[in-house]
Amino acid sequence: MSWVEAVFVLLALVAVGSALLAVTTRNMVHAALWLVVTLGAVAAVYLVLAAEFVAWVQVLIYVGAVVVLLLFALMLTKAPTGPQADIDVRRVVPAAVVALLVAALLGVTVVAGFRDQRIDLDHAVVGSAETTGATVFKMWVLPFEVLSVLLLAALVGAIVLSRLRAAGEGLDGPDQRSGPGREVR
Amino acid sequence: MPLWWPLLLASLLFAIGVYGVLARRNAVLVLMGVELMLNAVNINFVAFDAHLRDVLHAGQTFTLFVIVIAAAEVGLALAIVLLVFRTHGNIDVDRLRELSDRDEQGVR
Repeated sequence: MSWVEAVFVLLALVAVGSALLAVTTRNMVHAALWLVVTLGAVAAVYLVLAAEFVAWVQVLIYVGAVVVLLLFALMLTKAPTGPQADIDVRRVVPAAVVALLVAALLGVTVVAGFRDQRIDLDHAVVGSAETTGATVFKMWVLPFEVLSVLLLAALVGAIVLSRLRAAGEGLDGPDQRSGPGREVR
Repeated sequence: MPLWWPLLLASLLFAIGVYGVLARRNAVLVLMGVELMLNAVNINFVAFDAHLRDVLHAGQTFTLFVIVIAAAEVGLALAIVLLVFRTHGNIDVDRLRELSDRDEQGVR
């Protein structure tokens, strides 16, 4: 086993272990922090697999933006910081069985299908910023532009959604919006 | 490196994400499971990009696209979660059942 493979195995163990902790810990903020460890390990896996630019984008967007957004959401929804007894659904066992079946099915399939193939990392083209930039702006320009429009639409949608309540209360009172809320409580 | 190593890692992460989506009650924690599943798919893309030595780097480019879509998805989903919290007072996915089609004496 070469040192690249050893590093990959260690990173995979870190990623799987911290992901398991992220979905099983009883503390919501700890779940977000374990997710940081998982995403960082996945970024390092990208580095091992010669995808340099993707790794840094992963660190910037996932660890930098997405997890911070998740933490903000946890705090804005007044998530308790201590351990929670009722953080999981009551029937956890079926969920675990389904997850195990998914793992077994996918794992057996990929191992059986690609058992004798190898990744030649010594001759792989490293996806540096130059390579990735040239590829995106030479070959994938149209999807790139469509994606920027999608991102803009998501931004506008998020702003509209978060301003909904203020507009509703200012114009026609809270009665329209509290209808479903009353039934739940 | 054998090709199935990163693929097996991706399968395990995907299954863990499935468990997170199914077992968590807090909507934000469900979103974390979705993020894990998206990351598993990205590992597959990058692994096959390295394996096939694609001159177009389609795998890495698609990974970038998926990351962008995941960021957009998280932004929108968190706006929805905050709206649900403001109208209902909680984001417990077990208790958000206005749209459910079952009788009131059913599972509760």
